[in-house]
Amino acid sequence: MTQAEQRPLPVPQPESDFYWEKCREHELWLRRCNDCQRAYFYPRDICPHCFSRNVTWVKASGRGTLFTYAIVHRPPTPAFRDRVPYVVAIVELEEGPKMPTNLVGIEPDPAKIRVGMPVVVDFEDVSPTISLPVFRPANSA
Amino acid sequence: MSRPLQNQRIAIVGVDESDEIGIVPNKSPLQLHAEAAYNALADAGLSIKDVDGLLTAGPFSTLVVAEYLGIEPRFTDSTSVGGSSFVIHLAHAVAAIRQGYCRVALITHGESGRSARTRPPLFQGLPDSQYEVPYGIIGAPIRYSLACMRYMHQYGEERTRQAMAEIAVATRKWAQLNPKALMRDPLTFEDYHNSRWISYPFHLYDCCLVTDAGGAVVVTTEEVARSCRKRPVWILGAAEGHDHNMISAMPDLTRTIAYRTGPAALEQAGVTHEDIDLAMIYDSFTYTVLVTLESLGFCGPGEGPDFVANQRTAPGGDFPMNTNGGGLSYTHSGMYGVFLILEAVRQLRGECGERQVMHKKDSSQPAKIALVHGTGGSLSSCGTAILARD
Ligand SMILES: [Zn+2]
Repeated sequence: MTQAEQRPLPVPQPESDFYWEKCREHELWLRRCNDCQRAYFYPRDICPHCFSRNVTWVKASGRGTLFTYAIVHRPPTPAFRDRVPYVVAIVELEEGPKMPTNLVGIEPDPAKIRVGMPVVVDFEDVSPTISLPVFRPANSA
Repeated sequence: MSRPLQNQRIAIVGVDESDEIGIVPNKSPLQLHAEAAYNALADAGLSIKDVDGLLTAGPFSTLVVAEYLGIEPRFTDSTSVGGSSFVIHLAHAVAAIRQGYCRVALITHGESGRSARTRPPLFQGLPDSQYEVPYGIIGAPIRYSLACMRYMHQYGEERTRQAMAEIAVATRKWAQLNPKALMRDPLTFEDYHNSRWISYPFHLYDCCLVTDAGGAVVVTTEEVARSCRKRPVWILGAAEGHDHNMISAMPDLTRTIAYRTGPAALEQAGVTHEDIDLAMIYDSFTYTVLVTLESLGFCGPGEGPDFVANQRTAPGGDFPMNTNGGGLSYTHSGMYGVFLILEAVRQLRGECGERQVMHKKDSSQPAKIALVHGTGGSLSSCGTAILARD
């Protein structure tokens, strides 16, 4: 595989090390603000809702609903050539924030996928250090 | 006696593309910048020596472009917030000229979206490199299609689909009247619906072209404008804004920050939606147009499909839009915004021949007031400008 064909992996940054460490343990953690009480995505040390620095980490339930999705047919880079068609999505977590992800465990078929459907987090181990949080239909095993 | 600078009206006095646009593998992006600059200055009847302000966007900052052109500007602006940047540059040029930072501002664009020999590498420090890219959420078609699906969910899939087809077909009809457009074959509704999926819900014909092109705009004072070759096109109002970067961080996937820039620009210009003879609306995708028309306030949320129904935006329709053939059928180098300005200026000058749009209130005269709206990033940034002839 050439460099261009390798799947792009996240490079954790100082404020997201904890997030990715927890993902590796197959847990989804969110930042939450102690002042405005809102959870948010993506993780950063200052609350994007009220600019407070009084923020903490909370473990997410892993439950949410499908906010929107798309089915990718034309691979955006060579790395995704063997993956099409695949489903990209934005999931609205039970705690409030929305996060980008893949919808897995369901056929990439608009007749089967429904915006608003309940989904649960799962983890895809893509490297020894990185596990990506993905989501599957809540009722699937 | 001329008016004090701060009260002067600011005008666009020159516009043009690079010598060739479309598929131009034999020219570099900087060459396209330079050709467009040369041609736009000739259009204005000004010399490169008159230029003391430079504005550009993209991987080449004003440092690079100024050196290439051989100029030493005293006002520079490399604001680069996606394809809307050049419309936003109009606002910045007006402010700079009124404050005396420069007298003749040159806005340039050049991009080899199709034929570039090198591409900028992915910068891994960006949040989207961590949170979107690993999932294959890469590039505009995938990102915009996520927003479109949410719109379909809220406002009805079938009527949204029909609206997207209406926009694609109407825009192609305009392109057929523009000799510079890349795609000039007829496009039927059937062609649209039968075209392959790029990123569902986007068909091929929901997506803009990928071309090579340069474009440039010359902006100056009322005083200088009076001595230019062609009649001035006034910048009556201009506003900018952005409300997110990543598509997953967009506050509302069915509304862009145009909801703020549109009314702000109209108010500044002292005109209303009903006064607009021509709308040049950034069409990276059919959905971009739909969500923008609503956000600008031409119609309410979810009413876009009714607004564009029955080829209303096509030649002969009562809402002429994207009369150059748009990013969908004329050209789309990547950051398309500058070309919206080119077409609006040409329409207001009455230079558009077969596709000339006339003034609503006097059909013997060319269009008088145009709204130009750029959208950049992942529906992230917007710039609206209201342009008018005397
Ligand atoms: Zn807060």
